[in-house]
Amino acid sequence: MNAAGFPLLSLLTFLPLVGVAIIMMVRGDEATVASNARWTALWTSLIVLALSLVLFVRFDRGEAGFQFVESVSWLPEFGVGYKVGVDGISVLFVLLSTLLTPICILSAWEAIHTRVREFMIAFLVLETMMVGMFCALDFVVFYIFFEGVLIPMYLIIGVWGGPRRVYASIKFFLYTLTGSVLMLLALLAMWHQAGTTDIQTLLHTQFPASMQTWLFLAFLASFAVKVPMWPVHTWLPDAHVEAPTAGSVILAGVLLKMGGYGFLRFSVPMLPEASAMFAPLIFALSVIAVIYTSLVALAQEDMKKLIAYSSVAHMGVVTIGIFTFNVQGIDGAMFQMLSHGIVSAALFLCVGVIYDRMHTREIARYGGLADRMPGYAVVFMVFTMGTVGLPGLSGFVGEFLVIVGSLQVSFWLALLGATGMILGAAYSLYLYRRVIFGRITRDDLRNILDMSPREWAVFAPLIVLTIWMGVYPSSFTDFFDVTVQHMSAQHTAALAHAAQLAANVVPAVGH
Amino acid sequence: MFYAVAIFAPLIGALVSGLFGRAIGDRAAQAVSILCMLVAAACGVTAFFAVGFGNAPTETLDLGAWVQAGSFHVSWALRSDPLSTTMVGMVTFVSTLIHIYSIGYMGHEPEGTRYRFFSYLSAFTFAMLMLVTADNLLQLFFGWEGVGLMSYLLIGYWYDRPSACRAAIKAFIVNRIADLFFAVGVALVFLTFGSIEFPVIFGSVARHAGDVYHLFGTTFPVLEVIGFLLFIGAMGKSAQIGLHVWLPDAMEGPTPVSALIHAATMVTAGVFLMARMSPVMAYAPTALAFVTFIGGTTALFAATIGCAQTDIKRVIAYSTCSQLGYMFLAAGVGAYQASVFHLFTHAFFKALLFLSAGSVIHAMSDEQDMRRMGGLWRLIPVTYTVMWVGSLALAGVFPFSGYYSKDAILEAAYAAPGFIATYGWICGVLAAFLTAFYSWRLLIMTFHGKPRMDHHTLEHVHESPPVMTLPLVVLAIGALVAGYALHDVMLGPDWSAYWRGAIVNGPDNHIMTAMEHVPTWVSLTPSVVGLLGIATAYVCYMFAPGIPVWFATRLRPVYLFALNKWYFDELYDFLFVRPAMRLARVLWQVGDATIIDGMPNGAAALAAEGARGAVRIQTGSIATYAFVMLIGVVVLVGVFLLFR
Repeated sequence: MNAAGFPLLSLLTFLPLVGVAIIMMVRGDEATVASNARWTALWTSLIVLALSLVLFVRFDRGEAGFQFVESVSWLPEFGVGYKVGVDGISVLFVLLSTLLTPICILSAWEAIHTRVREFMIAFLVLETMMVGMFCALDFVVFYIFFEGVLIPMYLIIGVWGGPRRVYASIKFFLYTLTGSVLMLLALLAMWHQAGTTDIQTLLHTQFPASMQTWLFLAFLASFAVKVPMWPVHTWLPDAHVEAPTAGSVILAGVLLKMGGYGFLRFSVPMLPEASAMFAPLIFALSVIAVIYTSLVALAQEDMKKLIAYSSVAHMGVVTIGIFTFNVQGIDGAMFQMLSHGIVSAALFLCVGVIYDRMHTREIARYGGLADRMPGYAVVFMVFTMGTVGLPGLSGFVGEFLVIVGSLQVSFWLALLGATGMILGAAYSLYLYRRVIFGRITRDDLRNILDMSPREWAVFAPLIVLTIWMGVYPSSFTDFFDVTVQHMSAQHTAALAHAAQLAANVVPAVGH
Repeated sequence: MFYAVAIFAPLIGALVSGLFGRAIGDRAAQAVSILCMLVAAACGVTAFFAVGFGNAPTETLDLGAWVQAGSFHVSWALRSDPLSTTMVGMVTFVSTLIHIYSIGYMGHEPEGTRYRFFSYLSAFTFAMLMLVTADNLLQLFFGWEGVGLMSYLLIGYWYDRPSACRAAIKAFIVNRIADLFFAVGVALVFLTFGSIEFPVIFGSVARHAGDVYHLFGTTFPVLEVIGFLLFIGAMGKSAQIGLHVWLPDAMEGPTPVSALIHAATMVTAGVFLMARMSPVMAYAPTALAFVTFIGGTTALFAATIGCAQTDIKRVIAYSTCSQLGYMFLAAGVGAYQASVFHLFTHAFFKALLFLSAGSVIHAMSDEQDMRRMGGLWRLIPVTYTVMWVGSLALAGVFPFSGYYSKDAILEAAYAAPGFIATYGWICGVLAAFLTAFYSWRLLIMTFHGKPRMDHHTLEHVHESPPVMTLPLVVLAIGALVAGYALHDVMLGPDWSAYWRGAIVNGPDNHIMTAMEHVPTWVSLTPSVVGLLGIATAYVCYMFAPGIPVWFATRLRPVYLFALNKWYFDELYDFLFVRPAMRLARVLWQVGDATIIDGMPNGAAALAAEGARGAVRIQTGSIATYAFVMLIGVVVLVGVFLLFR
């Protein structure tokens, strides 16, 4: 059947729904229900995590194609089937999703105290949607999961969010939905052209150049919002600020990666000519994103907003890397996404730690925490340095590979794209200084407690991963290096082919 | 094997004292980190002698893969050629002394915080060791950024002081600006050579001498572009003019940190980079001319500022800046050996000067302003003596170590062809005068004349404990003999037997021989101007104190210019910092909140408005509906009749 011997990916996808069913059946008074829901959700997500480690161990890193493929006939007359599988591009995102879910659940342990059952259900459904989306090998299945992610996230922001949660959640929903509708059109057009929605077939289908342009723009509308690219990024700070900590973590950790993943799964391999044509536009938008949002981050007075803006800047580096089409650039983009998934998630958790204690995210309300919370200061420093891109931590590898990749395109792209190195240091250290350093001036901070064992448990795996990814990144790049090499070679070949076609056409016209 | 111990012992010390410091207590953490440093120093100095003098093989210890992406491949590795071992020996030795000194200096810090300091110090040393033993540019960059982080943490060690936090951030960000160019330079090296491993680069550099790179709409030799990019990186770390602004502010950290930053670690990294990349720089004559220009200018510029400062640590800080200028001057004219030799001797006397200044500050109950010192020499004789030794070495007086290295640099600058080298030589000679002048100005203001502190402080003045003075004495011996002992080995006729190809001078570069054959007056000039500087300082500050006062009042603009550090901080604040903050607010409030968000919010408002309008039509009154319907029918029938 596949390398695991059992339908591993489907199990990973739908096991959380079993947890949902169990939580729904829980009866009793509110406290019992809440406690049971917490534990059930935690255990479900931990089992899923443990299962997903099979992928980590059994995934064949030398193989560029899809693995663990499962295929069930669904709507054969339309060329639509239920098909899942992972390749180098998607496998680590699956693992990222299964890792962050239990961490989120654990982080929400005490922070969420109303409608706990519903919250846990939303999170488990979200996990199903995320994992399904990264595994999907059929465009329709992908689309369903891609859109499905919106619903639990919308609820998480809209129900458990801050004071402006309704505005933020509707903005989030409308932005992403608008883009997705255009992607649906592209899906239909591709299906019309190829007669199937099987992604593996689509990857080997050549679309006419004129059609590629429109398809690319439609995809761009959807993925650019998800990434988010400048200037469609403004939903993100609002969503982050209003979302509960766990929501922010999953939003920054996984949901933003859906855009980058989409580019790598669809735009670049399926539409090589249009991708090459639009690359300068992407570069321009990305460089603006890096500089513009980094500067905006510098002016923020709300911790979460600052980190949200920094996310936009970091994802700008990702989109630069993807559209260099060379191995270092795409490898760098992949690594940057994974690293950002860990580090920015951790930073939002860091904000959560003090938010839970003081119930404010205003930077000016803090200061001098190093005295009372030395452990927290260390953790925050690790992730601040991670986001700054200190060599030896995860953030550096991706950023540097993208510089190497983008220099192969243009000197100025490399130089301007890397200005995040400076600006990132500026806003991160400025934040750290205002929160951690200085003297305690507010009385209510004098009794603030350092991190609890539960909070350490939340951070420990993330710290380990940040250092591991920085010191020995090969254990992660190995997963996608071969796939990316294959993709890059394919892209070059496709462009060469197109150029050859064009060269053949020109004399024919001359006749 | 013991080479690896020298590198990783400080890391172990840092981890143990940092992670378990609170559990095991300050004293145990101190003991662990110092023990690790002693082991490291023993191994490091052994490696220095084994490779430099014992002809031990130069080899590379591979520790495993680091980054891999397609054809891009980088490993963790420890390189042990003479250049690396020279640095390792110096860094571990000086750093160990600074660790020991810190026991005494940090003794007054509250219990339960000191472990952090020692952990940082060791980690700082480790980062520097990774930098100097790197076998590829990326690991060098790891150490490069590592020292950046540790300097940030150490400068900001007293994190409750706003000025310390500000200085720490400034140091990190100014370094980062330079690092951006460094990183792009490394990427360009990969693009050119297909690898960033040193053996590959150095092996194939001649083949790429003719390669060009397109930039600014024209073509440049690619090695020149690489040379420029890497040097801009070096300018940041080594505090050369323009990117030097972080170094004086770095004084906010405890004094042992200043000693570590200025002597053994951090600032010397840029000079080391030039020496390490000498095979590439040899093919980048324009970049080297730029290096010479910047080096010479910095040497002079920083020296002028040093003459007007009143904070004892700031004077020494600017002197570091100036001495680094000398090192780049030497590198720029191709005499990398002289540059590294000066780096080596400078490490001793600069660590000595800073730690002595620390001893003075310790004695003075944390007073740093020289205007409130004076007459200390009887009270703290040991500090006074070693400070003399350090100053003599810094001023380049025979036979102290600075004499040998500074002379060599100025001879090389004189012997090198070209206008820029001559410019560098002139700057160097003028700076030599000023160096001697401000060193004795410092000595006289601090130790001689009438005590100018309040009597409370005066009563409290005491010589530092042996744990502080002992490292001072050891360093003083180093400052006394290092130049004499190593000059012939590193720069003498047999220099190639010592360096064994670790530094490459390039096929047309005969500076190492040319500098031996300069006219006698050239060799004498540094000593003469040095002695003149000392004499001038005596005249101005001991015998005729009216002169500096007259100078400061009559030539007030000049004095203020030097006192205010050539207004670099103000200029940068005006040009970059404030506009950036203003732009940030504009982009946020206008760009994001008004323009970008204006569109969806406007669309939403429009839709809501339209819906409200639509709602208004539905009045619920049947009469209205009937009337509207009637009009509709009339219009339809009318249209139908008209266009039939």
